[in-house]
This record gives sequence, structure tokens and C-alpha cells, in this order.
Amino acid sequence: MKVSINGTRGSIPTTDPKSSRYGGNTSCVTVEEDGHMLILDGGTGIQKVHPPLGISGRIDILLTHLHLDHIQGLGFFKPLFEPDIEVHLWAPFTSTDTLHARLSRYLSPPLFPVLLRDLPCELTLHEISNSQFSIGPFLIDSRYVIHTGPTVGYKVTGKNASVAYIPDHEPALGQSGIIHDPKWISGFELADQVDLLLHDGNYTAEEYPKKKGWGHSSMEDALEFSKLANVKRLILTHHDPGRTDDRLDELHTVLAKKFHHSLPFEFAKEGREISLGG
Amino acid sequence: MASYDIEIILNRQLADCLSIPVFITDTVGNLIFYNEPAEKILGTSFESTGEMPVSEWGTIFKPLDEKGRPLPPEHLPLVKTIHDQLPHHKVFWIESLQGEAEKISVTSYPVIGRTGAFLGAVAIFWENKDS
Repeated sequence: MKVSINGTRGSIPTTDPKSSRYGGNTSCVTVEEDGHMLILDGGTGIQKVHPPLGISGRIDILLTHLHLDHIQGLGFFKPLFEPDIEVHLWAPFTSTDTLHARLSRYLSPPLFPVLLRDLPCELTLHEISNSQFSIGPFLIDSRYVIHTGPTVGYKVTGKNASVAYIPDHEPALGQSGIIHDPKWISGFELADQVDLLLHDGNYTAEEYPKKKGWGHSSMEDALEFSKLANVKRLILTHHDPGRTDDRLDELHTVLAKKFHHSLPFEFAKEGREISLGG
Repeated sequence: MASYDIEIILNRQLADCLSIPVFITDTVGNLIFYNEPAEKILGTSFESTGEMPVSEWGTIFKPLDEKGRPLPPEHLPLVKTIHDQLPHHKVFWIESLQGEAEKISVTSYPVIGRTGAFLGAVAIFWENKDS
């Protein structure tokens, strides 16, 4: 299984040269195995994705939620404009509106020149909740997680490895922070003993109290969550758009002293590829 | 281990911040959380008991009607909510640990998640000041 990181930034893309090493595109990760690819989120990082169409003949884009930093790249993703390509979009269900209606708020004028219904590809929308489904060689679990608005995280299980993707998540929301009982931890089932977890690490511990309830994690809470779930390896993502490369390096040094002996972790870097399962 | 739905987890986190007693049950009535103010009603702590099946917490919690007679469980707002998935409210009495009857108001509501599924029930207690 190959995991590729194409977008690492939260909220808004950045072109600041001081942030170029970790990358300025918003959320997008791909998972590949046996010629099949899953695209996780459609932030601006999706413009770098060139899916192999040879084997499956279809493209699957799994959206965690519909905040702009996770869908902004969709309108510029070339396969959506190819008439012979089958595109499947997966996103969380909500009882208040259909996925088509919610996506159309972005993919329609005045925000975008092309209507969702007019996209030339063969588009199929899938509304998911706490679900399990298969795509090619992958078994996928989705679970609602704590974030603002309907949001899911994903666990992708391949032949020999598993990866969980929870880029927007606030498991510590509440007076007590993370409750140390797996039954009471949002997202725990997704992360439980996975080979790799890509998780929200938007804030520092000092920043988090002022941003409580905004739907994101402190880096420390993400590390604690990962330790509780016995994650084998953690990549912190959804970097604050104002966080420079040098600052991320400094933070890594500080956090490594505290956590590294018990959990290998790194900050997500655009262009990084990770091979799992031998 | 299966985790509770986030709607239930968020209800616990809310209950944990409140100064009024709160019970949270699953869909069949097992008491899966009660907050610190609710410990006065049950005479025990969540730390000590953990989750409790209906058969257990139903015997600790002794509701009475206006004449001091035991109130059947099916008349309690929380039990009604578990059965019909609708909110309920009732004023009744409970026997305190000192053996005295205390008048309380209880409001219960169903937790209906994003998918429209019934995930559990919550009861909130108010001490009735005019008792």
C-alpha cells in the first residue's frame, strides 16, 4: 500500500515561501494498491493527483466533509471533465440536505462557472455515515467524528496494511479533554491499531484553549489520541496556514522530547510517500 | 471495542460541564453515564459503579408519586423516552438517602443522530424549590 500526501494545509492554501517545504495546498491524500487509487479529500492538493485508470476505469474520491479546504480542488480536477470517466464521490450523509444540493452550493454560479449536473464525467454520489464498504482491494470504514458539521473519518484496510485518515477532528472537546475509555473517544475505532494515522494537528497546546469548539486538535491531543489507540505511526496534518516550516521543525523537536520514544510521528509534508505492509 | 456515537459522547461532555444532574442511557435503558451532580440522586458515583443495567439502577433510584407510593418505571420520563423516542417531562418525588421525600422535575429527550437513528436518551433533573 502506498500513501501519498498531496495537501497538508488547513483552512486556506498558502503560497508563502516560508511554508513551501511542508507545502501550501489544502487536504488531499491518495492511497494506492494493485493499480487502484482512493483519493481522500478534494482540497487544492488534488490538482497534483493523476489517477491510474487502466485497471478499475473509475475514480473514487472520499470526502471527509464539505468545508471548502476539502473540496476546493474538485472543480479543477481534470477527470471530472472527461466524458468517459466514472467518478464516485463519497461524503457524509446528513438528514437536512442531499449531497448533491450541498456540493452544488460550491459547484454552481456564482462561485463556480459549471453546474455539478453539467460535469461531463459519469458522476455517482454516495452518502455514507457509520458505514463499511469495499472499493477494489480496499475495505473502508467510515465513522462520524467530532468536528463542526457532518464529518467522517476513514479507515482504509488493504491486503497487508491499514491507514486511518482523520484530518479534521476534535476528540478533546469538553471539560475533561479526551476521556481515557475507548468507548467514549470519537474516532477511536478508526484509529485502533492502524499502521498509519493521518490526524488533525492544527493547533499547539497553547493555541487550543482559544479555539476550543472550532473542530480541531492540538498536536498534543492528537498524540495522546494516537497513543490510546495504539497507532503504529502518526502523521500530523491540517497545518495552520500561518505556520512556517521553521516553526513546524521547532515544534517537532519539542514534541519529540515528550512523545517520540513511545510513538513515531512526523508532520505531513507535501510530496511525501509512505509504503506500508512490505 | 465499539465506541459510542459522537452524539452520545458529546452529551456526556456537556453533562460533565453542568451543575444539574444528568443521566444518559443507551437505547435499551442501560445507564451509561451520570454526572457528578447526579451522584446525589443515586447515592453512588460513576467512578465506583461505571455503567449500570436497568435492573441495577432502577432499584437504587426510588421515585414516588404525590402520595408517597412507588412510581412504576413506565411512568418515568426517561423510560417513556426510551420507549417512544419522544421528549417527556414530569414532577415527582424521590426518596433521599436520609429517607426524606424530595420533589423534583425531570425532563428527558431522545438523542436522534445525524442519520435519524435513535441513539439513546438523556434525563435532566431539577430540584423543585416549592417542595
